[in-house]
Amino acid sequence: MTTNGQMAVIERASPDLSTLHEQVERLQAQVDALRAQSPDNRLSMVVFSGDLDRVLAAFVIASGAAASGMEVSMFFTFWGLTALRHKRESRGKTLFQKLMGWMTPVGTRGLGVSKMNFGGVGAKMLRTMMRQQGVPQIEEMVQMARDLGVRIVACQMSMDVMGIHKDEILDGVEVGGVATFLADATRSKATLFI
Amino acid sequence: MEIRYDIEVDARGLQCPMPIVNARKTFQSLQSGQTLRVLATDPGSVNDFKGWANMVADAELVAQETTEIDGKMVYVHYVRKK
Repeated sequence: MTTNGQMAVIERASPDLSTLHEQVERLQAQVDALRAQSPDNRLSMVVFSGDLDRVLAAFVIASGAAASGMEVSMFFTFWGLTALRHKRESRGKTLFQKLMGWMTPVGTRGLGVSKMNFGGVGAKMLRTMMRQQGVPQIEEMVQMARDLGVRIVACQMSMDVMGIHKDEILDGVEVGGVATFLADATRSKATLFI
Repeated sequence: MEIRYDIEVDARGLQCPMPIVNARKTFQSLQSGQTLRVLATDPGSVNDFKGWANMVADAELVAQETTEIDGKMVYVHYVRKK
């Protein structure tokens, strides 16, 4: 026992340098792999809804996160795209795409509320109530989010299906697909679908 | 309670998320060791500034107090830049 014990002590006291190097390299590789997997201080959101109240919630969270030092990505798809439009174009569209274009709102000003909209009266009422309480209007929230560096991406596939052209979307908005969203979502601490 | 501060943000009358959005803008211009004081009337700001200071790496919530100014409850937050 004593012989074995002494042997062990001697081995530990005089480590082989090449073995140590190997161990350090292996640990370094593990640390790099873990670092690549660990999430950024990032929030990703899918904004699927084109309802005023839901889009407002998305922008409140986005600007709050950005103000807390998080990187924020917002992916607008389907009805959510209507919030990013700034004009209505009919040229070069199919009949259905034209109809879709005419029946959906242009930008946040045209959005209705998800409940009690009553043809837009509800939305007007909610905006007035928010103004009375000192809540910023959604247009200010969008501007604020952009000033804070929130990344806004419009879904290319939804744009193609609905016939929304790039020039109908606000300037400075990126266009991307599911991989663009996933690339950001997989390194996010939180991901929301709104 | 008398706490020393270097700069103040008046977010009275503003709702979520404006107190933290406005605080961030000013906080960024602070130098290390300086303290920001934020006045807010939003009761939610008490928890919001706790959460905000947790998320912002160089922010430390030094103190929070409640006072009454012009008959209104005001929530005062002191944030120091580390």
